[in-house]
Amino acid sequence: MSGRDEPIVLGIETSCDETGVGLVRGHTLLANTIASSMEEHARFGGVVPEVASRAHLEAMAPTVESALDKAGLRFSDIDAVAVTAGPGLAGALLVGVAAAKAYALGLGVPLYGVNHLAAHVAVDQLEHGPLPKPSIALLVSGGHSSLLLVPDVAQDVISLGSTVDDAAGEAFDKVARVLGLPFPGGPHIDRSATSGSGTAIAFPRGKYDDGTLDFSFSGLKTAVARWVEARTAAGETVPVADVAASFQEAVVDVLTRKALQACRRYDVKDLLIGGGVAANSRLRALAQERCDAAGVRLRVPRPGLCTDNGAMVAALGSELVAAGIRPSALDIPADSSLPITAVHV
Amino acid sequence: MLVLALDTATPAVTAALHDGSRVLAESTTVDARRHGELLAPAVERVLRDCDASLRDVTVIVAGSGPGPYTGLRVGLMTASALAATVGVHAYGVCTLDAIAFASGRTEPFLVATDARRKEVFWARYGDARTRLDGPRVDRPHDLPAELPVIGAGARMYAETIGGDRVGDPEYPSAGALAALAAEHLAGLAPERAAELARVPDGRIDSVEQASGLAVLGPARPIYLRRPDAQIPGAPKKVLEQARRGEPRDERGVVSGQ
Repeated sequence: MSGRDEPIVLGIETSCDETGVGLVRGHTLLANTIASSMEEHARFGGVVPEVASRAHLEAMAPTVESALDKAGLRFSDIDAVAVTAGPGLAGALLVGVAAAKAYALGLGVPLYGVNHLAAHVAVDQLEHGPLPKPSIALLVSGGHSSLLLVPDVAQDVISLGSTVDDAAGEAFDKVARVLGLPFPGGPHIDRSATSGSGTAIAFPRGKYDDGTLDFSFSGLKTAVARWVEARTAAGETVPVADVAASFQEAVVDVLTRKALQACRRYDVKDLLIGGGVAANSRLRALAQERCDAAGVRLRVPRPGLCTDNGAMVAALGSELVAAGIRPSALDIPADSSLPITAVHV
Repeated sequence: MLVLALDTATPAVTAALHDGSRVLAESTTVDARRHGELLAPAVERVLRDCDASLRDVTVIVAGSGPGPYTGLRVGLMTASALAATVGVHAYGVCTLDAIAFASGRTEPFLVATDARRKEVFWARYGDARTRLDGPRVDRPHDLPAELPVIGAGARMYAETIGGDRVGDPEYPSAGALAALAAEHLAGLAPERAAELARVPDGRIDSVEQASGLAVLGPARPIYLRRPDAQIPGAPKKVLEQARRGEPRDERGVVSGQ
């Protein structure tokens, strides 16, 4: 599956604050270049759509050039262009979609508008080879918390559940703020938690036993804020490491529990975890533990492929080319709420 | 010379081919919400109409605004990506200059386009080729009095401005944009042409930075406003809010244009 004659796909991702450009040949990663506007957003405590859109426009051409350089390729080597058509921030998506259409038109190659979430699943094939059919995928990031049944990542992805309020990564950001840790919160909470106890405080686990495969993290976030405020009001020192560890434990407990419920319910033996929160060390450890106990094989791409990137878009594009899927028209829209049923548009 | 010109800084999505002396083909559709969908097919259409290929294009020019940002970026991103694949320079021309040029006027006038939030982007001209002031962003009633006003901003605020001052054209045309660019490109030395196309660091997000911009410049947006995001204060107190019965949630994504 790594023949020299396989097509080279350029992937473009601009659904949030990362300008991601990837180059892939079949399942082989050739380049994965990212420009992030995170530093510009940090002082606002969240991603500002207009700031992200401006940064995408400025970063796109240099990032594409840098990816081509890294892969030792020229524009004329590109056989197809894939782009995240949604879901994501509308204005940010539009910059990537406009760029991808122009690259495809300028090079005279097919365009594939793809689903951001399906791309998060497809990327694992660059690292761990073909995805077993079917697999269960748990995608967790600042914008998404979804459980998917994936019979075929190129054409058939089914939503089993998702968050009813905050995304898991969003809860990490908000709790970090309450604890005085910087944005984005995920890595800081992970680090702080290593010196705390996950069982120190019994924070609530939303929708733990409700029989659905949906998530809820808003109540947890509020519970942490209340707990911290009460300590502060009483003049006590807030045990930051214990709060971080106990909050993190509550999140990853629910995530892994429901992911394995999905595996059992659909009799699937392969679980994939992707998205920015998949970089969390405790999530990886607990998922491994529970998968081992349940006889489920766990696949987690390396952190650079878990967070938003262009390689994942190229990986899904490559899959679509291989499956003989019809390319997208040049008038496809950027769709901020593209449903997962649309793997490609 | 074969100029491919496009503009998405106003509700008009417009593309044209110009051979240095005349417009060969033009496509213009007015739809404020579908810039991203309409532009690439419009480029394909004008090429097809002339039986030309992108390989024949020698320079690409995009309207650099000012204009509402989401649509504006579509044209500039398209121009810069097309130019990279074809291996030619991409330039930006102030969209208001293109509207002014298309008017052919010989007496002083203003160009005004919709800037949303009850404001207009505007500039003052001595004649069709000469910008004297701007581009700026202001409320319609703050525009200089008496001069005729062309562009969609004039029609939109005709009551404030005075109906007798409103003139045409309403929207930019890529044909006029290409013709204006062609005038400035003719006889440009190769080194100077390369230098003009180079996008410098930094953004044009204030009126001061936009003042005195040359007609032909790099393909980068004229924003005139900074993103309007607020730096947050301390986290909201959930205990007090709960007592007062206020909503406890806040969105993770900060709103901004």
